[in-house]
Amino acid sequence: MKLKKFVAGLALAAGTSVISAAALAAETIKVGVLHSLSGTMAISETTLKDTVLMMVDEQNRKGGLLGKKLEAVVVDPASDWPLFAEKARELLTKEKVDVIFGCWTSVSRKSVLPVVEELNGLMFYPVQYEGEESSKNVFYTGASPNQQAIPAVDYLMSDLEVERWVLAGTDYVYPRTTNKILESYLEANGVAKEDILINYTPFGHSDWQSIVSDIKKFGSAGKKTAVVSTINGDANVPFYKELANQGISSEDIPVVAFSVGEEELSGIDTGPLVGHLAAWNYFQGIDSESNEYFVQQWKKFIGDEKRVTNDPMEATYIGFNMWAKAVEKAGSTEVDAVEQAMIGIEFPNLTGGVAKMNKNHHLSKPVFIGEIQDDGQFEVVWETDGVVAGDAWSDFLPGSKDLIADWTAPIKCGNYNTKSEACSGQVQ
Amino acid sequence: MKKLSVKKLCVKELSLQKLIQCCGLLLALLASVCAQAQPNTAPPAMDATLQQLTKASLRETGALVEHLERVGGKTMRPLFETMLAGDLHYHKETGQLMAVRKNVDGDRLGRDVFSGADFGVQQRRDIKKIRVNNRLRSQLRSALGRMDLFHGSEAEKRAAVEAILDDLSTENMRLLESAADAGVGAAVTDLIDLAEAMVRLRDSSITDERLAAIEVMSERLEAPVRNQLQRLVDNENEQDMVVKAAAAKALDKISGRIEFYGQLEQLFFGLSLGSVLLLAAIGLAITFGVMGVINMAHGEMIMLGAYTTYVIQQLMPEAIGYSLLIAVPAAFLVSGSVGVLIERGVIRHLQGRPLETLLATFGISLILQQAVRSIFSPLNMQVVTPEWMSGSLSINPVFSVTFNRLYILLFAIAVFVTLVMILKKSSLGLNVRAVSQNRDMAKAMGVRTEMVDAMTFGLGSGIAGVAGVALSQLTNVGPNLGQSYIIDSFMVVVFGGVGNLLGTLVGGFSLGVANKFLEPSTGAVLANIIVLVCLILFIQKRPKGLFPQRGRAAQ
Repeated sequence: MKLKKFVAGLALAAGTSVISAAALAAETIKVGVLHSLSGTMAISETTLKDTVLMMVDEQNRKGGLLGKKLEAVVVDPASDWPLFAEKARELLTKEKVDVIFGCWTSVSRKSVLPVVEELNGLMFYPVQYEGEESSKNVFYTGASPNQQAIPAVDYLMSDLEVERWVLAGTDYVYPRTTNKILESYLEANGVAKEDILINYTPFGHSDWQSIVSDIKKFGSAGKKTAVVSTINGDANVPFYKELANQGISSEDIPVVAFSVGEEELSGIDTGPLVGHLAAWNYFQGIDSESNEYFVQQWKKFIGDEKRVTNDPMEATYIGFNMWAKAVEKAGSTEVDAVEQAMIGIEFPNLTGGVAKMNKNHHLSKPVFIGEIQDDGQFEVVWETDGVVAGDAWSDFLPGSKDLIADWTAPIKCGNYNTKSEACSGQVQ
Repeated sequence: MKKLSVKKLCVKELSLQKLIQCCGLLLALLASVCAQAQPNTAPPAMDATLQQLTKASLRETGALVEHLERVGGKTMRPLFETMLAGDLHYHKETGQLMAVRKNVDGDRLGRDVFSGADFGVQQRRDIKKIRVNNRLRSQLRSALGRMDLFHGSEAEKRAAVEAILDDLSTENMRLLESAADAGVGAAVTDLIDLAEAMVRLRDSSITDERLAAIEVMSERLEAPVRNQLQRLVDNENEQDMVVKAAAAKALDKISGRIEFYGQLEQLFFGLSLGSVLLLAAIGLAITFGVMGVINMAHGEMIMLGAYTTYVIQQLMPEAIGYSLLIAVPAAFLVSGSVGVLIERGVIRHLQGRPLETLLATFGISLILQQAVRSIFSPLNMQVVTPEWMSGSLSINPVFSVTFNRLYILLFAIAVFVTLVMILKKSSLGLNVRAVSQNRDMAKAMGVRTEMVDAMTFGLGSGIAGVAGVALSQLTNVGPNLGQSYIIDSFMVVVFGGVGNLLGTLVGGFSLGVANKFLEPSTGAVLANIIVLVCLILFIQKRPKGLFPQRGRAAQ
């Protein structure tokens, strides 16, 4: 008897809690934020968490979405790759978020991928990456190699007439894949094998003497030489310092970097870096009204006049606004409906022009090459004529050149082989 | 003979500094022009071209600059310098060109490029910068260099001639000739002779003349010389086989010398890496080597030293040049006193329990890291390199030694010698050695062992702090700075032989040199691994390191 009562009470309690959870869910749309707030990646990822919070704030001030308020749910995966998967699962099953904005490193994205696919979640990934991926449940708003690396090489080839290439990178997946793509791209453009020098260094490398000396020797062969750098994080500062100390200026051997942006430059002495290049889809220094508004809004939100904006922030900004538009278009936050609504959505870039979400879940965006200035900002020296469509599968890798991603009917496949006309996956 | 030429060529090469000098020069120029209030305007014929600058694309700007140099000559100097410094702007409405610089208050002050006439404060939205990229900058610099041929300092003249070696057009050769007539120093004359030889080899058809030119060229290490000879050897249309053979021989000779200097450079790199390892390890050689304390917080002592440098630089932003000199004793005191605190507070309670000491000091290292994160920030701090430590000492075109590495090498040796002197000559040193050899006996003889322990630990930590000052010049100053050096430090001390300072010195340098000689053939990642594997094998064979302690001290 007692037991029966107890069980009934329990059931009732469970029932009410479910009801109240459901009621709550109906009141707000939940936005999951999956960025590391501690550990090594915290430096970069905290900024993106704040960006999402700012966007949520802004959207709520505009009246929310579908008449509901947005509610951000922030978790901390602590730069721990397996924890990213756990936290993603927590967001999707326990918090029941409608969308996730998250990840920075490729390895964290790869860790989250099976979870969002299994639970049919929706994630926006805002960082430049090596490509070779397209998932139904992920939208990639950062640059793929053909939106960053390839245009940068084009610029060096056409404007600076570079003939010899040093591909220097940190030893992990993004630099290795990017350099593989660049190598075959350069060879396809008639660069001889002996004119390409590839070098990998460990994370946080600080003794650059021999490598810079090698670059110097490599560059003294009478042909214009440039360094394409996928060197990551901390290792950049000693690298640029050593270049300057050994008397290599940006005029002799320019370095174009894919991982150095405003955020990385704030807090270091940019004197030795002036004139070196970076390729991005956004620079804080680009003069446009929406950008100025965004920069001011950010400084106000964060309460620090010295904070800077950068490319992954713009990618988050575009991703968030596109998602909001898609939700309104679909009339619900249901993942499959939003996913289909997303394709073809357009939203203005901060740099002028319009970004468009393509069938392969990658964006069409303009590409800019900037030179580092002594105030830590970039000055644009070159830009693409229009937008460049992000390529999920590189045309310059033997395994992936026949692959495309197309998430519209009738293909609906992330790795469709155009030769065998099958959703086959990668060619072996 | 070789020595003499080495000495002759000892010239500082500081491109960045030059840029800064250029800016300074420009300011001085503007100021002086202003003070004299002499109207010094561009020739009216140039106005149209100057106006085009405001509308030109980067490519067109290049052509315009070329035109301006041809027509305007020396009068274009202020314009080129303004452009090079990135100060050239124009007013969006009037199209007026002006040099715009921010003053201390952040206001943008506009001045006429040529006369220096004041245009007052400009609003950011009203003016637009004339864009300059790398290609344009090098064009401007070589244009200024050509002007320097007649007016610049000896070093600037040299740089100008060196730049011309890459582009031996008739026009440039004429310029060199007139510069030589106007009078230049011996080193510059040598370079001009070289340029003439290169032209003779290229243009002449008389075999003897060309052979003589090759003779001159074979003595030089400049890259353009090598490249020209290489092209000649590779050229299939070249009929003159004698010249070709001579060129091949000269190329061999040059390659031999380059090879030699390459080895010398490797050696220097190795010694430099060794000096960093030595600096990082030498404090540990005291705390771990002499006292036997496994101090996992050693890296954090280095980090504290680096942060002290940062704080000192923040306190005296006006005198960055001297900041390091002050930072050395300051870092010694800061790290040393933290070391004493750790010893008094934790380590002495754990004497003779190495495992607990290891865990406790590891905990302390985490606490210190987090403390730095909370007090400063998780971001890296900006430590400025003083001017006297940037740039390099160029001994010849293929061998130069960077100043920061050179000073740190000397500094490491100085620290080592000082430490050895302290241990050998001072009463503290005597006590330290006595306590480390036989604690009880020393105690019986009236040595205050507790005091000596604290002082020794403080000394070791203080030296680590001093190492941090040096490392702040090479790497990022952040909370994780210490972690990247702790493993290396233990490696050096164990390799050298625990309790032996000389072993640490030899160990540090040999690991550094081995690493650097492996690196070109294996790459940085593999070189590290190979060195580590060799080290493990070595320790298997000789567990006590290079210089094991013998006799009573060995207990």
